[in-house]
Amino acid sequence: MDSALIPRGVKRCPLWQFLLFISVVGAVLLWGVYAMLLCWIKGLNQTNMNDYYGFAIWIWADLAVIAVGGGAFFTGLLTYIFGKDELKSIINYAVLIGFICYSSALLILAYDIGQPLRGWFIFWHANVHSMLTEVAFCLSCYFGVLTIEFIPLILENRQIDRVPFFHHLSHNMHEIMAVFAATGVFLSFFHQGSLGGVAGVLFGRPFAFREGILIWPWTFFLFTWSAAACGPCFTILITKITETVTRKKLVKDSAIELLAKISGWMILTYIIAKTADTWYWATVTAPSMGQTLMDFYSNNPLYGIWILFAEIVICGFVPAAILITKKGRKNSVALWIAVILAVVGVCINRWVMVLQVMAVPVMSFDYWAMYFPSWQEIATTILPVAYGIILVGLAHRYLPVFPDESELNPIETLPAEEEETVEPPVDLEQELKPAEA
Amino acid sequence: MKHKKAKKYGMVINLDKCTGCGSCMVACMAENNVPFRKDESDKLLSITWMRVYKLTNGKPFPNTDICYLPRPCMHCEGQHEGHSPCVTVCPAVATDYNIETGIVSQIYTRCFGCRYCMASCPYKARYFNWWDPVWPDGMEKYLSPNVSPRMRGVVEKCSFCFHRYQMAKEKAFMEGRRELKEDEYQTACTQACPAGAITFGDLNNPNHAVYRMVKPDPKHHGRPTNPNAFRLLERLGTNPKVYYLSSREWVRRVGDNYLKNESIAKKTVHQG
Repeated sequence: MDSALIPRGVKRCPLWQFLLFISVVGAVLLWGVYAMLLCWIKGLNQTNMNDYYGFAIWIWADLAVIAVGGGAFFTGLLTYIFGKDELKSIINYAVLIGFICYSSALLILAYDIGQPLRGWFIFWHANVHSMLTEVAFCLSCYFGVLTIEFIPLILENRQIDRVPFFHHLSHNMHEIMAVFAATGVFLSFFHQGSLGGVAGVLFGRPFAFREGILIWPWTFFLFTWSAAACGPCFTILITKITETVTRKKLVKDSAIELLAKISGWMILTYIIAKTADTWYWATVTAPSMGQTLMDFYSNNPLYGIWILFAEIVICGFVPAAILITKKGRKNSVALWIAVILAVVGVCINRWVMVLQVMAVPVMSFDYWAMYFPSWQEIATTILPVAYGIILVGLAHRYLPVFPDESELNPIETLPAEEEETVEPPVDLEQELKPAEA
Repeated sequence: MKHKKAKKYGMVINLDKCTGCGSCMVACMAENNVPFRKDESDKLLSITWMRVYKLTNGKPFPNTDICYLPRPCMHCEGQHEGHSPCVTVCPAVATDYNIETGIVSQIYTRCFGCRYCMASCPYKARYFNWWDPVWPDGMEKYLSPNVSPRMRGVVEKCSFCFHRYQMAKEKAFMEGRRELKEDEYQTACTQACPAGAITFGDLNNPNHAVYRMVKPDPKHHGRPTNPNAFRLLERLGTNPKVYYLSSREWVRRVGDNYLKNESIAKKTVHQG
């Protein structure tokens, strides 16, 4: 029924199956939308946040999706600026994932603020000294860049591409994509960094505060570094999940292995820098404020030293060790483990820099604050995930996201399968033909 | 010391005098139209511009000792004027540092409720309006006309009763004066304290009681030179304008974090 929209040379599941899948995920999406409307209409009293926990699961989700969405800018850098042509097999998907992550981040911010209708104040009454201002500007600009990077892919839809204007527009946008990729890298450096700065500048919170260079705390650089390191792992992870769900190979091994290798070295260098940062903070910064490392990891039911070990060793050095070795990258199971650990690691880091910061008492007579999100918070956090799955589903079905898919999955034209092949009926082709001038 | 033109309003709270009666909290709420709900049992959702903490030395009877510590907003100066933890982070300039008075204000109509300032404040002195204020029938007639009630979704905090400063300035202006007398501008909590534990005034004015009580050292961001005086979390470099007095060492020690076996005298001030 929708075969005229499906790219040539690839096979897709029957429409009913696709619609069923979209409906199930769509139900979850609607649940999230309902919760979002509750928060907008009734206010943030729908959450379990309180005056001790002013930042909570949404901000973590925001930081986490931006970190894992870093695969877009870093893969773009490697593909368009450093000329790693092997990555052209995965760059479209990296951009799509980045687009989903960043649009989700902006959506989350829209319901996280107490007065959503005043959201534009951050641009209009901007405080140039605030890291959050920098985040807002760079994030919005980079989302614009991602949209520009995503548009040519939409224009490559089989029917849209038949319109000469769109065909040429898409072609010309591809030609100058290096410019947008470079802009994206520049903007990403600043918004990833300023998200790190959001926590690092909190000199009233010894758990978060870090020294640094000029106005930038070390977390500024560590956040950019970790996003560039772990973002590609998320791209690989989502690619692997998509391949598992669709039961076909979508990206060439050479692309995955190259990305995994670069990511592995990035993670290794990042985690060494993170270890050095942690060491300095634990032995110099925190003691200068009268606190020891264990003050931040004891006397509470959740935040033990295990979380630091999990972040740095299990989800840092372990995936790095796997990904920098050829054997590790070529072993499917090891690769899966490595990319999952790397993604979990960067998410733990963002969790720690948001939620644990809120939990740790600063005044000597204050107490640890624990928090568990309300169902509205959980639903609105799952909402972007459902939205992402739907967008991936639609893009995979109707857009040539994976340029090597037809080569990797040649279609045998058996008569029995004709019904499911992508060749559209002749009359439909004619119907959709654009008028000639 | 020559009296500087710019004011630096601050507060000194004598913890040896405080009985923990809570009059300051009540006066503050009434003066500033602080909203409350029917059920205020969850204190993490209660708005208390002035909050009284109960501290204990942790020793068993008969050596038990307690102390009540009223905590308003500290109106931090930071490492340089205006570098308060909350002022620098607010993305929409909704938190303002007034260089004429040193008072940190919240502009409610500018705030869009990102709560970054709350995350930055180590004293937990900032509160979010999780609900719109609902006053018991008839009580809206008793609200102060000088303070705007806040709407849902914005942050609020102690303003050192800034409206009183404005009114005192207006009155002085009408009388042809530029300078305020010490008693012309006093916060509601100061006036309400039955024990006289709270003193308010200009920390830059050697004639004011607050100055004489703590003797702030201008070379060290106003650090008190009175050995019985201290500020909360001195080592963070927030440089609060609220000082505490106590003759008890354990109380003074509670005011900050110290490493094991580290004495108060050895503390170093963080210059971050």
